[in-house]
Order: sequence, then structure tokens, then C-alpha cells
Amino acid sequence: MPTSKPITRVNWFQFAAPQRFYPLAGKLMPWFAAIGVILSVYGLYLGLWVAPTDATQGQAYRIIFVHVPTAWMSMVIYVAMAGWAGAGLVFNSRLSSMMACALAPTGALMTFLALWTGALWGKPTWGAWWVWDARLTSELVLLFLYIGFMSLHASIDDVRRADRAAGLLALIGVVNVPIIYFSVKWWNTLHQGASVSFKGTSMATPMLIAMLVMTFAFWGYCIAVVLKRVRVIILERERHAAWARAEMGVA
Amino acid sequence: MWNNVGDFLAMGGYGLYVWGSIGACLLVCMVEPISLNLKRRALLAEVREQGTPDTGQSQS
Repeated sequence: MPTSKPITRVNWFQFAAPQRFYPLAGKLMPWFAAIGVILSVYGLYLGLWVAPTDATQGQAYRIIFVHVPTAWMSMVIYVAMAGWAGAGLVFNSRLSSMMACALAPTGALMTFLALWTGALWGKPTWGAWWVWDARLTSELVLLFLYIGFMSLHASIDDVRRADRAAGLLALIGVVNVPIIYFSVKWWNTLHQGASVSFKGTSMATPMLIAMLVMTFAFWGYCIAVVLKRVRVIILERERHAAWARAEMGVA
Repeated sequence: MWNNVGDFLAMGGYGLYVWGSIGACLLVCMVEPISLNLKRRALLAEVREQGTPDTGQSQS
């Protein structure tokens, strides 16, 4: 298949082509991975050594340094996934749908980790691994939305149709994200309210810094691993294109 | 805060919960990229294996 170079005035649009984005993703990936590794080492040092013991929860509170970042990522990734899926539906661009597919498994894993670390935090502080509380339940719904997106996509053979069907599901599911975020305000829940909001924080400074460092560490990790996955997806879907075959060492 | 390694691991009696949380995160963050490496390798092997008859161009 002959490939012609798209003539565009705005250079950024060239990266909408999987062929162009593939090497860019490969170049960016190690940098984000390095950010993830370095910041997680520093963040865990701050969180486990520097941050003082919590007055009410003792050492159990230290779960916050992984619980809050994974919970934030679970929501951020969902919004990003829905955004790419929406762009895929509107512009019919292949790369957008590939990005949505690349984000889903990482988002599901972050949701799982938020629930897992939440259970391990709930047991010593509330006396229960799980309660059917608004915050916990809406986060569980988020996990089901990710799983639904992935299974729906996998169940349709025609990949373009799968993109559209799963993309629609992703867009509808986005209403759940504000529900998770505001659940602690809208309902009486066992889950504590936000310690950090756009208005300010109720946390001690070393704890806050450790949590923010861990958040950036998870951002770095997630971006790196999503770029890694989108490269595999690009090769998988473009396997019949000449450039992809050259990339895979098949003439 | 921590007088010795045992103290640090015990986390004031919450060791199982704190390390269970951090350990799960570290495990996921190692398994996910490794599984992607394996997936990529499997894809390359599959394409190389069926690649040539697929396009009908056997000679390089």
C-alpha cells in the first residue's frame, strides 16, 4: 500500500496518523517511565520515612500515598478514554480509538488498586473490607464500565464497529465520574471527605507533598504504559501496512 | 519514628494493610509492562510466521 505524506500546515496533525505517532510514542515512553520510577522512589521515601504518624489513624493512614493517586488516576484515565473515544466517533480518526483502547486496561488496573488499597484501609479503620457506600459503589461501577468497554470491544470482530460501539459506552459512562467525585458530598458516606480540593487542603505539609509526588509518579507510570500499549495496538491494527511490516522486520 | 527494621515493617501493627497496599501497586506496575512486552513479542512472532504467505510475496 503506497503511503503519501499528508500535507498539513499545522505540524501537530501529522501525529494523528498512527504511522507518525508510533515512533513519537516510542521516544516519549522512556522519559515518562523514568519520571514514574524516580518519583515513586522519592514519594515512598517521603511517605514512609519523612511524613509523621497520623494523630488519629496511626500508621494505617500511610495507605493514602497509594490509595488517593490510584483513585485519581482511575477517574482521570476514564475521562481521557471517553475523550479519545468521543474524538474517534466525531472525527472517525483511527488513532483516537486506539488511544481509548490503550487507556482502558490501565484505567481498570488503577480502579482495581484504588478498591484494593481502600479495602486494606477500611478493615483497620472502619472494621470492614467493604461497605455498600456511595463512594465505594460508584468506584466499583467504574471498574465495571472499564471491563464493559474492553469486553464489548473484544466481542465485535469488525474493529471499526467495535470502536464505535465501545466508544459510545465510554461516553455514556462518563456521567459516573462526577458521581464518584461528589459522592462524599451528595450522600452520607462512611468514606471520608476530600482532604485536598481546589479550595485548599486539610493535610499536614509533608503528607501533602508525599501524596502529590506519588500522584505525579502514577501519572508518569500511566502515560508510559499507555504509550507502550498503544504501540502494540498500532502494530496489531496496521500489520498489513508496509511501514508496520518493516517495523516488525517482515518484508 | 522507626527505631529498627522490625518497627518499620510492623507499621505500628498495620504492616499487613500498609505493605499489602504498596505491594499490590508495585506488583501491578511491574506485571503490566512485562505482559505488554510478551504481547508485543507474541504479535511479532505471529506476523513473522504467517506474514509471507499472507501478502503472497515470498521473495524478499
